[in-house]
Amino acid sequence: MTEHDITLTVNGTEYELTVESRTLLVHALRDELNYTGPNVGCESSMCGACTVHLNGEAIKSCTMFAVQADGAEITTVEALADRDSLHPIQESFSEEHGLQCGYCTPGMIMTTQELLERNPDPDEEEIREALEGNLCRCTGYQNIVKAVESAAEKMRETTATAEVDD
Amino acid sequence: MSSDSERYAEAEDGGPQPEKHCGHGRGGMGEEVKRKEDQRFITGRGNYVDDVKKPGMLHCEIVRSPHAHARIEGIDKSRALDVDGVVAVLTAEDLLEYDLATMPTLMADTQDVLVNDKVKFQSQEVAAVIATDRYTAKDGAEKVVVDYDVLDPVVDAQEALEDDAPLIRDDIEGQDDNHCLDWETGDEEATAEVFDEAPVTVEEDMLYQRLHPAPIETCGAVGDYDPGKDKLTVHMTSQAPHIHRTLFAQVSGIPEHKIRIVSPDVGGGFGNKVPIYPGYVVAAAASYVLEQPVKWVEERSENIQSTGFARDYDMTGELAATEDGEILAVRTDVLADHGAYNAVAQPSKFPAGFFNIFTGSYDIDTAYGSLTAAYTNTAPGGVAYRCSFRVTEAVYLIERMVKVLADELDMDPAEVRRKNFIQPDQFPYESATGWNYDSGDYEKALDKALEMADYEAYREEQRRRIEEDADKLLGIGISSFTEVVGAGPGKSCDIAGVEMFDSAEIRVHPTGNATVRVGVQTQGQGHETTFAQIVAEELGMDVDDITVEHGDTDTDPYGLGTYGSRSTPVAGAAAAVASRKVREKATSIAANELEAAEEDITWDRESGEFHVAGAPDRSISITEIAAGAYMNHPTSEEPGLEAVNYYDPPEMTYPFGSYVVIVEVDRETGEVEFEKFVAVDDCGNRINPMIIEGQIHGGLAQGIGTAMLEHVTFDDNGNVTGGDFMNYLLPTAMEIPEFETGHTVTPSPHHPIGAKGVGESPTVGSPPAIVNAVVDAMSHGGISHVEMPMTPDRVWENLDEAGLAMDPADNIELTFEGWESDGVADD
Repeated sequence: MTEHDITLTVNGTEYELTVESRTLLVHALRDELNYTGPNVGCESSMCGACTVHLNGEAIKSCTMFAVQADGAEITTVEALADRDSLHPIQESFSEEHGLQCGYCTPGMIMTTQELLERNPDPDEEEIREALEGNLCRCTGYQNIVKAVESAAEKMRETTATAEVDD
Repeated sequence: MSSDSERYAEAEDGGPQPEKHCGHGRGGMGEEVKRKEDQRFITGRGNYVDDVKKPGMLHCEIVRSPHAHARIEGIDKSRALDVDGVVAVLTAEDLLEYDLATMPTLMADTQDVLVNDKVKFQSQEVAAVIATDRYTAKDGAEKVVVDYDVLDPVVDAQEALEDDAPLIRDDIEGQDDNHCLDWETGDEEATAEVFDEAPVTVEEDMLYQRLHPAPIETCGAVGDYDPGKDKLTVHMTSQAPHIHRTLFAQVSGIPEHKIRIVSPDVGGGFGNKVPIYPGYVVAAAASYVLEQPVKWVEERSENIQSTGFARDYDMTGELAATEDGEILAVRTDVLADHGAYNAVAQPSKFPAGFFNIFTGSYDIDTAYGSLTAAYTNTAPGGVAYRCSFRVTEAVYLIERMVKVLADELDMDPAEVRRKNFIQPDQFPYESATGWNYDSGDYEKALDKALEMADYEAYREEQRRRIEEDADKLLGIGISSFTEVVGAGPGKSCDIAGVEMFDSAEIRVHPTGNATVRVGVQTQGQGHETTFAQIVAEELGMDVDDITVEHGDTDTDPYGLGTYGSRSTPVAGAAAAVASRKVREKATSIAANELEAAEEDITWDRESGEFHVAGAPDRSISITEIAAGAYMNHPTSEEPGLEAVNYYDPPEMTYPFGSYVVIVEVDRETGEVEFEKFVAVDDCGNRINPMIIEGQIHGGLAQGIGTAMLEHVTFDDNGNVTGGDFMNYLLPTAMEIPEFETGHTVTPSPHHPIGAKGVGESPTVGSPPAIVNAVVDAMSHGGISHVEMPMTPDRVWENLDEAGLAMDPADNIELTFEGWESDGVADD
């Protein structure tokens, strides 16, 4: 099996690692680098539990080889908060009870983050459509939609405040 | 009446229930406390089985059968063993040495761990490859050569019982057909008499199709045998770690005190993680043999194709009634598909689970049910996916039949229900099949749901659309169900002989906070939060000062685990009783600290303080009492402040609800859209309304998956054709409508805090409401039933049969302009 030396920047830290051509990005993150936030829920690219950002775009890390991500900036759910301050999306998922077993949550949060960067004020239909690639078996989605709405509102307020400060 | 039940007197009278903050204001009963679990999950710091890493850990990949039915002529490991990084290849022969090639099921059958002679379903476990990483393990699995002599399979229960069907279980002595078991309930003769004389009878066949719980995290384990300590630790996706430890001990011969099962964070269970699967045993056995940790994590297709399925009951329902809709008797006959082994995860004395709750919410004097189960060349299972031990099937049967009867009599289905409901003053109510319902007020829940759904207005709109020959028909479906959860009384309920009690252990620390350990195992239902709320309420503590632990058999009290919505009824009761034991001792310490007689000390629920009767200023908090217990304990008591309770429930709890679903059915495409989805649940006193609401949402979504999308299917060769997420369809955010939830409160009189289970109610109650709605849209065309899943093509066929279908071509002007401008049509 051919091996490759690659560089991945994960959550701001640069890692050099050697992977086989066939190593999936999700396994490089989980098994090699110990970012176990992204999860694996299927083998057909349906569930989205493995969603991370690759150069700012939400992707399913089970459907990409690690070697394809050579040189890329990757963000996982672990990057969103430091110990004392949660990201508004994380806060909202907790406040609106948008998670139960927590297994889809890291992927849901990363998809939400991309959505809100692209569309800071999505309506319900747009939220549901954006989340279509992320399966959840616990919540029935309703509280996740509420969490995204609430996070969007918080983030718009923060942006507005920031603009006033400027 | 004790002071504790008085607290809930208002609710028993049907008085108003505060939505929030009915606890003591610091996270007690009834408060919408945010979840303690969330912090780790939203930051990616949960600890699921596949996150577990141990030094020297190996990986296991299972070689599975491509055939549904075939004799194994030989297994060649050599090419797999040649793969760099493959450490071992295990087959049945290797396990036989340790007597582990087979294992007992919960239903006294025997199941292969790795197959020795004959595979009995597709994807069955044949060999296991252990390697240094998961990729190499897969490489090795590809290279194991198995020589099969392929036999005719049978994947349909009806065909399996025919005389010329291939014999599946030739390993059972004396078994010469595929008959698995017979079961009956009620009075056959009396029921036949009522049916003979009844003015009205109706009958309907319905298949509750094979489903799969499909938790997003699949099953997995890390076996870790430590030869130094002679101790086996198994991290596994387990809903019932203690009973799994006992079974591991019985199967392996390793004594129980040298086995530790850890169920870490579990990414959803839904009943899928109750049975013991061959993968767990292989990981543990491989670790024992190799003396290194071994991880096994299955993929999605392995999960759907080989672990416990749900339902697969082919039912005939019959009702006998008067002309004005009074139900006189119910009769049912079921053909159950149990797969290749009878491995149904249920109490040992209940071969058909609690299916005999099928008289439902109705006062029906006479009932009879019979059931035959067959072996087929399919994976074992049956009880899973929020079924409460076959209550899904029972409720589906009765709620569908009530609709069939209503249509036959041309009566409003809500009216038929009202006419037959067990009345509030009839509780405790003994049903014709022997259940002892604890409490209920069914009409109240139905009325509330109908009002929330604006029922009469939609009936009006439904008539209008029929008269105007509208393109989209409206259908209104109702389900008024009664659940039975909280297994259960030790005299009747056991798992592999262990009575179905549960437990809680509360330890108050010197500085006044507490650790609570329980015998149940959350898979997302929020136990770390809600059990803390129960204890906070009972001890006057702040919910933030209580940590709840579970899932480690070395440290937690023995319990039977979480399934059948039993956590609140059983372990919830244990938590309250243990708290009250702590409170009793705290009273003695308070007396010592306040220099008063023990009988003069009273406890005030609102403030959480103990004080001298008549002198409220002479009071002491649990924090001060805790200090006293360790630093100045009364000579009449042991030092310390802790208690444990193993709770044997006197009865089950019987939550109930009424759901009203309004759908639009497109006459051109057969597509069903949800117009309104109302769910009113009553689970007695509510510990955390926010968490209940989340349980309801999730369960309703699974009900929609059940009714509209999900089905594990097979072709004639026994190939699973609905065996991964490409074709076993889970609903996404796009298929799930907004739910409107409501509740009433009818406490369980026998439960220490009046609470009933609720987790499974929404999946039990919603499928019949959805099917009733779709049928209702077409019943004026003579349709009495539509099989699940109600895919557009299936609905369209029913529309067509009823003469209600519209040919899309009649209504759509087809234009090809778009195509042409893209140049597509020209190519």
